[in-house]
Amino acid sequence: MEWLMWFTKLENTKPLGLLIFFVTFCAILFFVFGSKERGERLESYKNMPFQDD
Amino acid sequence: MASVAIGGSEQYNYDIVRKFTIMALIWGAVGMLLGVFIASELAWPFLNFDFPYITFGRLRPVHTGAVIFGFGGSALFATSYYIVQRTCQARLLSDGMASFTFWGWQAIIVLAALGDVLGYSQGREYAEMEWPVDLLITVVWVVYAIIYIGTVMKRKEAHIYVANWFYIAFILAVALLHIFNNLAIPVSLTKSYPLFSGAQDAMVQWWYGHNAVGFFLTAAFLGMMYYFVPKQAGRPIYSYRLSIVHFWALIFMYMWAGTHHLHWTAIPDWTSTLAATFSIMLLMPSWGGMINGIMTMSGAWDKLRTDPVLRFLIVSLSFYGMSTFEGPMMSLKDVNALSHYTDWTVGHVHSGALGWVAMISFGAIYHMVPRLWDTKMYSVKLINVHFWLATIGTLMYITAMWISGIMQGLMWRAYDDFGNLQYSFAETVAAMHPYYAMRALGGLVFLSGMVLMLYNCFMTMSQAKGVASGDMAPQAA
Repeated sequence: MEWLMWFTKLENTKPLGLLIFFVTFCAILFFVFGSKERGERLESYKNMPFQDD
Repeated sequence: MASVAIGGSEQYNYDIVRKFTIMALIWGAVGMLLGVFIASELAWPFLNFDFPYITFGRLRPVHTGAVIFGFGGSALFATSYYIVQRTCQARLLSDGMASFTFWGWQAIIVLAALGDVLGYSQGREYAEMEWPVDLLITVVWVVYAIIYIGTVMKRKEAHIYVANWFYIAFILAVALLHIFNNLAIPVSLTKSYPLFSGAQDAMVQWWYGHNAVGFFLTAAFLGMMYYFVPKQAGRPIYSYRLSIVHFWALIFMYMWAGTHHLHWTAIPDWTSTLAATFSIMLLMPSWGGMINGIMTMSGAWDKLRTDPVLRFLIVSLSFYGMSTFEGPMMSLKDVNALSHYTDWTVGHVHSGALGWVAMISFGAIYHMVPRLWDTKMYSVKLINVHFWLATIGTLMYITAMWISGIMQGLMWRAYDDFGNLQYSFAETVAAMHPYYAMRALGGLVFLSGMVLMLYNCFMTMSQAKGVASGDMAPQAA
């Protein structure tokens, strides 16, 4: 369990946190804007409030 | 506007939405009346009448409880139940459980107010209620979460509309915040001691306090915005993809910002810096959301001239943009050194509370009431008058507090040639007096708009014929 001690040092966990969150943010951006087809599908959901009129 | 029958009682539970809407109107008027009274007490202290139960210290949490949880909370319950049913094409999971959340929530507001007036308080801001009421809140909230998530799970639509994402984040975050902020050891039915102490307790309180703003007063009302702005404008939201980025960025960043309420205190300096950094970054998702809402009007700006309900919604977004610029600025340590503990903070809060939260709620309620009671608004003119009273009242309030707060901060830090403080505390209080009077007047103007709304909505409800519980056909936009 010695390896867990690595996480107790802020100089390790701060850049690790930055890396994880930055990669996640990039992944969300890629998911949202990375594909034209997916983009069109996502944009089609904007009409949902009008479907029960 | 065409009237479309969509199933009435078989399809949706509108009875619970109507109940919460009525209580939102009543708590709004009561809470704002209390606000005007305590603002007047600060300007004219004789209004205490030497009667301890109505002093500022006791009535202030009654005011915040009534407007945040009574008015805001009831508006959120009403709109969330309305939106989740309509965007999921599904009736609420359980009518009985929904009814329990209504009576439970109203009991909480009354018990909290009684506790504040009688002196049973934890002394935690926006969480004054003692442990028995905290337990009741937990039960009601868990039932609310079950209803909401259960309704989403039985939806007939494949996708979950973005407004529901914001409401679910609000429900989950508030559950987390409420439980950890209220961890306490009870010593009697009306007294408990918090589990945390000192600087740690302060950080927990402001982790709660700021996220109450972030999730209760922002994320949930953004859910309201993502439904009612498109509906009232008659056009879909500007960019659905931007709403996804907006959601994830906002809910990730808010959680880290609370410690900016504790700059220059005994907390570790790095926590202060971290909170300020995240507060600055919050500007991006906040303005992303504001732009997404306002740009929905792109190509249809002329509707603002004729539709006062839409005007409420769009102006609320403008106030949202303004207060989410002001907040990050005030979280900078050097700005905070001037602004903290002054009326500038009070002005900032009300720029968000009156300009954003109340105005978007007014717009949403004005949109829902004719549809829920299957009629037309009693008077559109009165909505227009209400709009101007709300806007002018908010501007008077926040301008008074800006002047008072900045002057207060500058007077506190002024030194004379000998290095002594230039002004006594009493001198700063005297200097603030005209602005306290102006704030009370601004609040009165805002309150008068709320009273007009109450009248207009109740006249609308009374003119609706044959609207029995749950058996009406809502109007379509």
